[in-house]
Amino acid sequence: MNPSSTLNQGTMVHALVLAAFCTGFGLMLAVTDLVTKEDISVRAVEDLQSSLTQVIPADIHDNNLATDTIVVKDDTGRDVKVYRALKAGKLTGVAYEVLGTGYAGEIRLILGVDAEGRILGVRATMYKETPGLGDKIDTKKSDWITRFTGLSLGSPPKEKWKVKKDGGQFDQFAGATITPRGVVAAIRNGLEFFAAHKTQMAEIR
Amino acid sequence: MATSYRTIIRDGLWENNGVLCQMLGMCPTMAMTTSATNGLGMGLATAFVMATANLQIAALRGFITQEVRIPVYILIIATMVSVVDLTMNAWMHELYKVLGLFIPLIVSNCLPLGRAEVYAAREPVLPSFMDGLFMGLGFTLALTVIGAMREITGSGTLFADASLLLGPAFKFMEMQILPADSGVLVAILPPGGFLATGLLIACKRILDIRAGKPIPTGPAGHCV
Repeated sequence: MNPSSTLNQGTMVHALVLAAFCTGFGLMLAVTDLVTKEDISVRAVEDLQSSLTQVIPADIHDNNLATDTIVVKDDTGRDVKVYRALKAGKLTGVAYEVLGTGYAGEIRLILGVDAEGRILGVRATMYKETPGLGDKIDTKKSDWITRFTGLSLGSPPKEKWKVKKDGGQFDQFAGATITPRGVVAAIRNGLEFFAAHKTQMAEIR
Repeated sequence: MATSYRTIIRDGLWENNGVLCQMLGMCPTMAMTTSATNGLGMGLATAFVMATANLQIAALRGFITQEVRIPVYILIIATMVSVVDLTMNAWMHELYKVLGLFIPLIVSNCLPLGRAEVYAAREPVLPSFMDGLFMGLGFTLALTVIGAMREITGSGTLFADASLLLGPAFKFMEMQILPADSGVLVAILPPGGFLATGLLIACKRILDIRAGKPIPTGPAGHCV
């Protein structure tokens, strides 16, 4: 047997070993995925419902928020899923996700707005901000974000929808300006989105 | 080689501690220790992955050829991490919301791979499992202490949000050590990770010297 064929044979064995392990462990992952898939999607819906109930009070709607949705395109062309609160067939509020840019990437917020454009509630749902600094946007760490409740585009006036450092009315946190700045901008954009698409959201199909 | 579980436990927790002695897994050590609770959570998840990965590697050792062992180890570790990630998401969802962010990071930790290569590749199944478990718990210990140092100096609290990780029964662990807002910010920022880790390693060296142990020299990972 010449040396090159020995080498090939050795390589084949290693390749087969590696392939066998990949198949075996790939299978294990597939099984785990199969077993957990359903529960994970149930949990995701539960999470969604619990964040929706935080920004839409239960007494203003009689429909299922998580299923009564419409898709609205925002100015950047992104599809936004709007969860609608209806009472006796009339639109009483909406909730949708707004995106902001923080210190460590994207911040996702869920914003609830009533039919008049006032904020019913807003919560941070996903962010990677610095623990102990930027994560004060989370209600688990601080009640900072609850101060937006009741505000709207006109109150405070548009030029005050900024953090104090930029001449606005919202407090930044000690040591963190970029995170609250991103959140304030995201909420303001979210309110503008509501103002621009209000009639579309209120359409009853 | 005769195995003494006492030696495995002592090595894992202190003598050959993954962070303080082997200096492996520095990335999660720096990134995840902004609070004692974070360090604890990351450490426990890592310990679980290390114990199960070591167990499987030791059991399947006979089938793994020398040349492809590293990719196979990575494959096994990565699979364990994904399995933990999925099962926690499905069945321990509250815990997952706290720890979920850290779990994928375990793959990038050199410590599980290091123990697979140094220990599980040559020792029997049960000692390998114990080695993975106690190396993981030693990692947990180091991360919790570093996290506590940074949390106390940076935020003035200790084990804040521990009840989110461990359940409401552990609410008593959450302490306010220093008055609110008196923290030194740098401790929570990345440089604080280097400072706290360095301090802790220096403390271990001092204790080792006091105990008359030889001072390790040369590349990290060579101290025994």
